[in-house]
Parts: sequence; structure tokens; C-alpha cells
Amino acid sequence: MDVFLQQLMNALQWGSFYALIAIGYSMVYGVLMLFNFAHGDIFMVGAYIGFFVSSGLLALNLGSVIGLSTGVELGLVLVLTLIFSMLLNSIVGMGVERIGYRPLREAPRASAAITGLMIGIILETVNLALLGPQRRSFPELIPTTTITIAGASVTNKKILIVIVSLVLALLVHQFVQRTKWGMAMRAMAYDYVVVPLMGISSDRIALMTFAIGSALAAAAGILFGIAYPVLDPNMGILFGWKAFVAAILGGRGSILGAALAGFLLGFIEIFVTMIFPSTMRNLIAFGIILIILTFRPHGFFGEPFSAQLRL
Amino acid sequence: MPNKIKSAGKKTWGTITSRFKKFRSNFRDVPLISWLVAFGVTVALEIFVGQALARMVGLSKPPALFGVALVLDNPAKFLSAIIYMILVYALPVGVIAYLTKGVGNQIAKWLLQFPLLLTSVVHLLLIYGVMHYWTNISDYRLLVARLAMISIIVTLSLNVVNGYMGEFSCSHPGFMALGAYISSIFTVLLFVTENRFGDALMPAFLGPFMFPVSLILGGFVSAAGALLVAIPSFRTRGDYLAIISLAFMFIVKSLFENLEVVGGARGISNQPDYANLATIFVWTVLAIWIINNFVRSTMGKALNAVRDGELAASAMTVNTQKTKMVAFLFAAFWAGIGGGLFAHVIRYINPGTFGIRKLAEVLAMVYFGGLNSVTGSIVGAVGFSLISEALRPLDIFKWIIIPIMLILIMIYRPTGLIAFREFDVAQLFQPKEKQEEEGVDHAAA
Repeated sequence: MDVFLQQLMNALQWGSFYALIAIGYSMVYGVLMLFNFAHGDIFMVGAYIGFFVSSGLLALNLGSVIGLSTGVELGLVLVLTLIFSMLLNSIVGMGVERIGYRPLREAPRASAAITGLMIGIILETVNLALLGPQRRSFPELIPTTTITIAGASVTNKKILIVIVSLVLALLVHQFVQRTKWGMAMRAMAYDYVVVPLMGISSDRIALMTFAIGSALAAAAGILFGIAYPVLDPNMGILFGWKAFVAAILGGRGSILGAALAGFLLGFIEIFVTMIFPSTMRNLIAFGIILIILTFRPHGFFGEPFSAQLRL
Repeated sequence: MPNKIKSAGKKTWGTITSRFKKFRSNFRDVPLISWLVAFGVTVALEIFVGQALARMVGLSKPPALFGVALVLDNPAKFLSAIIYMILVYALPVGVIAYLTKGVGNQIAKWLLQFPLLLTSVVHLLLIYGVMHYWTNISDYRLLVARLAMISIIVTLSLNVVNGYMGEFSCSHPGFMALGAYISSIFTVLLFVTENRFGDALMPAFLGPFMFPVSLILGGFVSAAGALLVAIPSFRTRGDYLAIISLAFMFIVKSLFENLEVVGGARGISNQPDYANLATIFVWTVLAIWIINNFVRSTMGKALNAVRDGELAASAMTVNTQKTKMVAFLFAAFWAGIGGGLFAHVIRYINPGTFGIRKLAEVLAMVYFGGLNSVTGSIVGAVGFSLISEALRPLDIFKWIIIPIMLILIMIYRPTGLIAFREFDVAQLFQPKEKQEEEGVDHAAA
């Protein structure tokens, strides 16, 4: 039982990365009807930005300057890192939208998909060229302590990661459901032709969608760095693709659906590794997703596709 | 003042283009056969005096790929390469093609009375002969030529799905992997004595004859794999093909990574060297011939109809489901063949070869050349191979230049360079008549 609980916690943590990335995919897909294939690499860029921001903040040595205890200092650094990296990465995301996707708003959607793929490759290569192929280790922002709950030992990092990602997912959901901006986004998802006629700038909405998605990806990158402190330029590829499939599984444009599907994917992967060798993880995860999509092609929370897609 | 300069510039530009047009009109009535003969003479020239001439212009040996590999590697030498190219290729080809156009047209006219098949064989033999001697000069040239021809097969097959059917499929690396692995297992198991599969089961002289069998087997297996993608994704229209084919690509990749029988992540090596220039040439010609016939058949027209409006097509009695299925499996079959040939050229495969970079490469070839066009695919595959070789000295930065190029193509010419053009063999081989100047302009417009 305690093994199960422990794995459950692992699955929740692993799934929370997927959930955060999948939300970004799902929002872009819902609002703009395009696959942002570069999103996995935006996640990678977010992790690297987090690495540099946190290293920089640690180097500033705030604790001794202002006079804080080490624990408070690390907490402050973590919060600042999250905020700054999310801001910076949303700028990266907006740049990608502006350069790669906006010129193709009216083009066939395959073009946008290819552009996304290519931007992903560019981001990876630029990273490789600038920083070299060696891996970087993320600075330790939270000293690990182990808590025992009901016989299962859980680290404080896992709890923090799960809580932060859940809070972020709910925040974005509330933003989309409750605010005026969110309403505009939902309207765009509903009808991208009429909404601009109502005085809503579709370009601005697109930029905002990319900004939010990239900010979440940055958060996922930092949380990933906290849990598995090894960063390399290719980390975004497989992670991004799997999150993408999770987003589809959740249903078009459904934020909670994407988060849920992300957690589900985490569960599948962790529990697969309990039974099978861990190299089988991708194979089985993709296989299960293929089967689910065969029987429920529009995902868990999406509406069935209408026939009038512009492809 | 700037206006004046601009108009002056325009004027010179105009005269240059009009002169170029006039110059080109001299070659408009040169039939294909004369071009081929001219290239043959050029290749002979290169074989006999190439080395000496290369020394004269300051190169250690004749530039392997029209000097493209030198552009970035050694720009100073590139200049001598250009001189060499003009002396050995451009000048003789132009002169001989111009001089033999009368005879060439006579021969082409004479060939018209025979069936098209015979004419094609004559031309193909000529093309192969030229290529054989051209690639004889350096191994690098041979390798690039073989890979470029395989790229033609793969690009054409992807064009059937992405261009003619108008869907977006990402699974071609997966199909190539299936074909490559199946045919490699077949040949290595039967004809090679090595560690993994043990002794050869059949005498080695049978190998080259069984090689086509292994390729076709690989093709069929990848078509069967395509069934896995096609059944769920063609039930509804939409983006499912993109998603499911992507998942399929990763499934195939991690499947081979997990199968220790075929070497896991290390892959298979020691494939016998069956895929020589002649074999690949025959397969490429077959692929072009069959795919061209397929897209010009009723089925191909139905495919275009499905792309342009599925509802309308089904109202016109097109069985959309069946059409899409058949086209997709057909494309996967040829991708499998291409993968099998690829494995026997490189003679080493591992699952990592068939990843996202491969996909980017194939997509780049299709979209660079042009959608819905056999000519476009050939031009795209060969052109992209050359560009890719030219960028090789850049090492990792190659993967910044190629994506940027493709993004620019997507923005400014989203259907590719030569899109929506039919490939007509009969017209290609015809004798060319001298056309009137006006008629030429009309054709150009």
C-alpha cells in the first residue's frame, strides 16, 4: 500500500509537468486552431531561463545583503525565479507567435504546423550552439526533507510541485472563465471570423494566448528543474510531444481537460514502469493514447469536430 | 535622384533579363536527348582532362558536387570551382546541346514512331549511363547521388499524402524505419554471417536477387503499419492524421529501441552492399513511374477531389474512405521501400535515425519542391540534398539555416516552388520545335 501511495505521489508530480505544458498546447489549439509544435522547446527554454535566473539570484547573495535566514532567502529566490522566468518566457512565446505564426494566419494549417516544428528545431539548435551540449544542473532551491504520510515517504518537493501546478492550472482556468480577456479568448475559439468584427483584436488575443501558455511552460520547466536537476537542450522534444498528445486527449481548448489528461499520462507512465522495464514507458503510453483516441477522437472534454475545418 | 538610379537599375536589369531570355530561347528547341548526349560528353571530358584542369585552376581534384560543398568550407576555392564548372560543364554542355539539336530532334522524331516504353528505355539508359560515369569519379559523389535518389522516392510518397490528399502526415520516418528494419533483418539474417543473427542461411550469390523481395516485404510491413494509423484517423476528418501519425512515429521508434532482438538502441549494422547505383536507379524510376501513374489515374483525381471538398467528392460517388486508405497505404509502401534502400546504402541503422530530424528533412523536401507535383518532388529532393551537402561544413548551424529557409518558404510560397504541375513523360521526350518569340512569352506567362 505504501509503495502504491509513493508511486501515486510520483505520478502526480510527473503528471503535473505534463499538465502545465498541455494547457499551453490546448489553449493555442483552442483559440487559434493550430498546433504549436514549438511548445515543447519553449518548455526547454523556460527551464533554461529558470536556471539562469535562479543562478543569478543566488549569486546576488540576497540573504547576506538584506539579512535573511537561508530558508527565507531560498524561498524568496524560488518565488522571484518563478515570476521572472514566467515573464521572460512569455516574451519568448510572444516572439514565436509574432515571427512564426502571425504571417501564416491565413495560410493552410499544415504551413503553421511546419513552422512550429522548424521553430522548435531552431530553439534547440540555438541552445546547443550557445551553451554547448553539456548538461546543466539546476541549483537546489529547496532543501529536501522527507515527510511520512500513511506509511509512504514523500519529499516536500513533490508536494510543492503538485500544489504549485494545481494552483497555476486553476488560476488559468479562472482567468479564462471569469475575466473579460478570457471571454474574448473563448469567443475567438468559438468563431474566429466574427469576433474580430466585434472590436476584439485577434492579434492581441493570440499574443496573450501564447504568453500564458509559455508562462506555464516556464513554470513547468522550473518545477522540472527542482525535481530532476538536469537540463539538456533536447529535454523538450519528447516531453513536448507527449504533452501535446495529452492536450488532444483532454479535448480541444479545454483547460481542465488538458490538465486532467496530463495527470492521466503521468499515472500511465509511472505505473507502467512499476510493471514493465522503464524503457517501455513511451511505447505503452503512446499505445494507450492511440487506443483512447481511436474510440474517443475528440478527447474527454472536447466537442466533436465539425466538418468545416480550414485545412 | 534616387528615382533615376532606380529606373536606371531597372533598365539594366530589364536588358539583362531580356538578353537572358533571348539567350535561353536558343536552347528552347533542344530535345532532352541532346542534353543527355551533351552531358555524356561532358562527363567523358571530366574523366579524361578533369584532373589536369582542376590542377590548373588550383584545385587538388575535380569538385565533387558542382562545388557546392566548397561554398562555405573554402570560399576562395569556390571561385576556382566555378571556373572549373564553366569550363567542364556549362560551356561544353551548352555548345554540344546547341550543335546537336538538329540531329537530336531528328532522332526524337524518329523515336516517336516507337511505343513510349521503348523511347523511355532509351532515355533512361542514357541517363543512367551519364550518371554511372559521373559518379564513378568520386565516392562522395556516388553516396550523395544514391541518397538523393532515395530521397526522391520518400519525398514522392509523402507528397501523395501531404500534397495530393491534402492531409498532414508525420509518420514517414516511422514507415521508413519499418521498411529499413524489415529488409535489413531479411538480408542480414539470410546472407550475412555475423554475431547477432548467426551464420548466413543462404549462399551469398542469391543475395542481390532476393534483395527486391526484402524491399517489397519491408514495403508491405510498413503498409500494414500504415493501416494502424489509417483506421483511427480516417474515421473523422480533421487533425487526427497529424496527431495519430505523430504518435505512430514515436511508437515505432520506441518499439525498435525496446526490441533487443534487433539490437535495441544500438541498431543493426553489417547490411550487405546490395543497394548500388543501378539498383537504386531502377527503384527510383519504378517509384516515379508508378506514383506518377497513380496520381494521374482515376484514383489520383478522386484523391484531389477529396482534398478539395470531401463532401462534394462523396456526393460525386467517390468512396472517400477507400480512396484515402488506399493512397495512405500506397504512400507508406513506397516509404518502406525507400527506408530499405536507405538501410543498405548507409549499412547501419538505429532507431535514432528515424526521428524528428528525419521528419523535418522529408517535410522540407516536399514543401521546398512543391505540393501536388511529381516534378516538384524530384526537384525538391535533389535540390534539398545539394543544399544540405553545401551546409555540411556549418555543422550544427545547418539546423538553424534549414528551418529558417523552410519558414521563409512557408511564408512566401506555402505550396512550394513547383506546385500543382503534372509530370508528362511523353512531352518530356518529344522533339522540340522552335517556337515564335511571342508564343514563348505566352507560355512563360
